[in-house]
Amino acid sequence: MAIRIGSTLNALRLRATRQWYLGRALRRRKQVQPVRVLMKTVPRDAILCFVTQRNEAVRLPFFLDYYRNLGVGHFLFVDNNSDDGSADFLLKQKDVSLWRTTTSYKAARFGMDWINWLLFRYGTGHWCLTVDPDEFLVFPHCDTRSLQALTHWMSTSAIKSFPAMLLDMYPDGRIGDQPYRAGQNPMEIARYFDPANYMVHKNGRYGNLWIQGGPRARSFFGRTPERAPALNKIPLIRWKRNYAYISSTHMALPRALNIVYDEDGGERISGVLLHAKFLSSFIEKSSEEMERGEHYADSQEYQAYSAALQDDMTLLTGESREFEDWRQLEHLGLISSGNWA
Amino acid sequence: MTAPTRLGVVFLCHDELAVASSMVRIWHDGGAAVAIHVDRRTRGKRYNAMCQSLADLDNVEWADRRECDWGMFSMVEATQSAAAILLENYPDVTHVIVASGSCLPLRPVRELCDYLARHPGVDFIESVTAMDVGWTVGGLNIERFERYYPVSWRKRRMLFDWLVQAQRRIGLRRRIPRGLVPHLGSQWWCLTRETLSAILTDPRRGEFDRYFRWSWIPDESYFQTLARRHSTRIESRSLTLANFDDQGKPYILYGDHAEMLALSRCFVARKFWPGATELLARFPEDAGPAHAQDEPDPAHIERIIGAAVMRRRLGRPGLYMQSRFPKKDRENGKTAGSYAVLQGFTDLFPDFEHWLQARVDADVHGHLFAPDAVEFAGRPEIGPGGLSSHPETRDYDPFGFLTSLIRITDRSQVFQYAPRDAQDLSWFMVTDPNATIRVVTGAWIVPLMHSDMPFDDVRRIAAKLQRIELGQLDILRSVWVKADVEVWELADFVSRPAAILQRIVRDLTPGSWPLYDQPPVLRDLDQVGRFLQRLRNAGLQPRLMGDFPATRSEQDWHV
Repeated sequence: MAIRIGSTLNALRLRATRQWYLGRALRRRKQVQPVRVLMKTVPRDAILCFVTQRNEAVRLPFFLDYYRNLGVGHFLFVDNNSDDGSADFLLKQKDVSLWRTTTSYKAARFGMDWINWLLFRYGTGHWCLTVDPDEFLVFPHCDTRSLQALTHWMSTSAIKSFPAMLLDMYPDGRIGDQPYRAGQNPMEIARYFDPANYMVHKNGRYGNLWIQGGPRARSFFGRTPERAPALNKIPLIRWKRNYAYISSTHMALPRALNIVYDEDGGERISGVLLHAKFLSSFIEKSSEEMERGEHYADSQEYQAYSAALQDDMTLLTGESREFEDWRQLEHLGLISSGNWA
Repeated sequence: MTAPTRLGVVFLCHDELAVASSMVRIWHDGGAAVAIHVDRRTRGKRYNAMCQSLADLDNVEWADRRECDWGMFSMVEATQSAAAILLENYPDVTHVIVASGSCLPLRPVRELCDYLARHPGVDFIESVTAMDVGWTVGGLNIERFERYYPVSWRKRRMLFDWLVQAQRRIGLRRRIPRGLVPHLGSQWWCLTRETLSAILTDPRRGEFDRYFRWSWIPDESYFQTLARRHSTRIESRSLTLANFDDQGKPYILYGDHAEMLALSRCFVARKFWPGATELLARFPEDAGPAHAQDEPDPAHIERIIGAAVMRRRLGRPGLYMQSRFPKKDRENGKTAGSYAVLQGFTDLFPDFEHWLQARVDADVHGHLFAPDAVEFAGRPEIGPGGLSSHPETRDYDPFGFLTSLIRITDRSQVFQYAPRDAQDLSWFMVTDPNATIRVVTGAWIVPLMHSDMPFDDVRRIAAKLQRIELGQLDILRSVWVKADVEVWELADFVSRPAAILQRIVRDLTPGSWPLYDQPPVLRDLDQVGRFLQRLRNAGLQPRLMGDFPATRSEQDWHV
C-alpha cells in the first residue's frame, strides 16, 4: 500500500514537472522568431530533425548530408545568434526551416525550451530526432536500412522512443593536429572511442538510466566520476503533444519514454550518437564557451577541458578502438539490435 | 493425366495499395485468378486508384468490402467471400491460396503450381490441435474456443481483459460444436478446391460460423479446424514463410534479407517492408530449371529469427548497457565469463602475482578493489576496455567495473582480494556461477605482524579486518552460494602450501598438470603464534587463523 501511494505521488509529481516544462516552453515561444518556415510542404510521415546551433558553419554541410542519407525528411533549426554565416547557409537548403533567437541559451534551459516548443508545435505525429550538430546517429542495420525502416518497425512493435547514448569520438594524436574542413566526415579524424568503461545508474524517479564514462570521464573526472557528463540520450521519439524533454535529450516525460531498457535480462533495440566533439574547432570553441558561461553547471566541463588543453590533450590510449561499423558496436555491447533481425 | 493445376488467390489488403497492386500483378502474370478484398476503411480514393491501376487485368475479381478488425470474424468473412467468388467464377481453379499485400512470392508462380501438381490432393494448411500448447506466441490456447470474445483486443484491450477475467470467474464455458476438434495455425494456407468448397458448402456452416464469430482470432482457427473435418490429406505446414517474434508480431523482411530468402527456396514470404525496393525488384526470382523442383527449406532463416528472439528475451549474459539493465537476479548470467578471486595469498607470498601469471592461462591482476589504487596487471593507468585506475571511478559503479572488465577481455580474469578491499561485490560474486573463490582466512594478519605500526593501531586494524572477514565467511557459507568456493584457515594452509597452490593452479587452468615446481617465497611466519597471543593479551580473540602455538620456547616469552 505504501508503495502504491509512493508511486502515485511520484506520478503526480512527474505530471506536474512535465506540465511545468511544457508551460515554460510555450511561454518562451516568442523567443524563437521564424526566419523561414516550410512546414506546410512536409509530408505527414516525414521524419523531422530538430537542431539548435550556434556558429557551426563548418560542421553543417556534412551534418545535413549525413541525416539526409539516413532518411530525415525535414530539418528544423534554431539558430542562436550565429555570426559565421551558418544561417545563410541553412537558408540555401530546401529541406530546412529556420528560426532565430538572440536570447540566452542558458536561460532557455540550454535550448531545450525552444526545442520543446517546436516539438509541441510541429512534432506531433512525426518521428522526431533531436540532435546537436556534432552528433551522428548510428543504429542497427543502418548500413542497409533507412531510418524509415527503423521507425516503421518501431511503430508496428509499439515502441515509442529509441535510445542512443553518446559515444565520444577522438583523434589519434593531439586534438587539433588534423584540421577539419567543411564537408569532411568528422569520423575520418575522430575515429577512436572507448569500448567498455561506461557506468550505469538507474534514476528511480524518472525511470531513465544515467550513463557516464568514456574518454571525458576517465581524463577529466577520474576522481569525481559523479560529475562526469551524462551520455544517455533518447533522441528519437514518436512525438505527441503532451511530451516534453526534461534535461537535454537525456530524459523525457512521460516516464514511459525513458524505459527503453529491459529489466528481465533481455535486450531492447538501441543505437549510439557518435559524438565528434573533439575536432580542431573544439579548441577555439571551448575557450569561447567558457567565457560565455552559457553551458551546463557553470561550464564546469569546459573549464576542465581548457585546463587539459593547455598541455596538449591526447585522449587516445592503447585500449581505444577504431570505429568500424554498427556490428562492431553491437559486438562490444554498446548497442543492440534487440529483436529487429 | 488430370486437368492442369490452376491457382486462385484470395488477396487481402488494407494499406500500401500501390505495393499491393504490384503483388496482384505478380500473381496474375503467373497465371493465377485473383479475388481481392480491400478493407472498407481504406479511403475510397485509394481504392479507386487501385482498381484503376489493375483495370487492364482480366481474371481479377473484387470482393464486397467489409471492415476487417484484426482477430475478429470479419477477417474470416472476407476470406470466405473472396474464396466463394473464385470457386464460382473460375471452375478451372484447383487450389486456393491466401495472400496479402505484404506477401512476396519468392519463386515464379508456375513453380508453385508445379509443386501443387506434384502433390495432388494435399491441403497445405498448418493445423495444430489447440489442446497441445505451443503453437501460439504470447496468447491464449484452448481458451480461445471456450470463452466469448465479442470485442476487439486491439481497440478495447481493457474491456477485452475484463471480459476474459469475468468469464473465468463465473466459470462461463462455451460448448464446442459436436464433431469439431479445435485446431490452430497460420492463416496463410493453400487448400484444394474440394476441401475449400466442402468447407464453404457444409450444411452446418451456419452453426460453425455462429460459433467462430465470438471465438478469438478465428482467422487462425476457422479453416484450420474445418479442414480437419473435410480434408483427405493435410500437410500441416504453410507454404508462406511467416515468423513471429515473442510478442506475436510478424518479422519484417528487408533488402538485406534478399540472399537469405532466395536460399530458403520458399514460395512466398511475409511480411516485407513496403520500402524494401531491393526485394520488390528481385523477386519472384527464377533460379533456373535445375532448381525448379527445390523443396522449401526455411531452416536457416528461422534460425536467424530464433536468435533474434532469444536476444530480445534472454540477452547476452554479463552485459549491462543502455537497453539491457537487468534487475538483481534477473540477469540470465551475472557476468560474461569465468573469473577467479584469490584472498589471502598476496599476504603470504609477496611475489604471488608474478608467480601465478607464469602458470595459468589468464590475466592475473593485483588487488583490483584496493582502497587506494586499481591494480590492473602490469599496473597501467588505463585498464582493459579503457577502465580508469582511479578507485573513485571504480567505486562509483563497482558492478559495471567488474562486468565490463570480464566482458571486454578475452582471457579469464584472476584478481587478488582482501578484507581491506572494497566489499560492495561480495554478494554479487558469491552468487555468480562464473566465479571461483579461494580464501585463506586470517592471512591478513601476516603483513600486520611485519608492519612497524604501533601495536595499538595494529590491534585496531586487526579487529576491523577480522570483523569484515567474518562477514565474508557468513556470505560464503550461505545457502545462496553459486560460485566455486574453497576456504582454508591460515594454519591449515601453511602446513601444506605447495599442495594447495598446485590445486589452485589446476583449478584455474583446467586440463593442465603443473610440474612440482618451486612454490613462491613465503613470508616469515615464525612469530605468528606469539603475535596472536599478544592480540589475545590485548583483549582481541583471533578467530580465523586456526591453531598456532602461543609459545614454542622460553625465548618467545621475551618477544
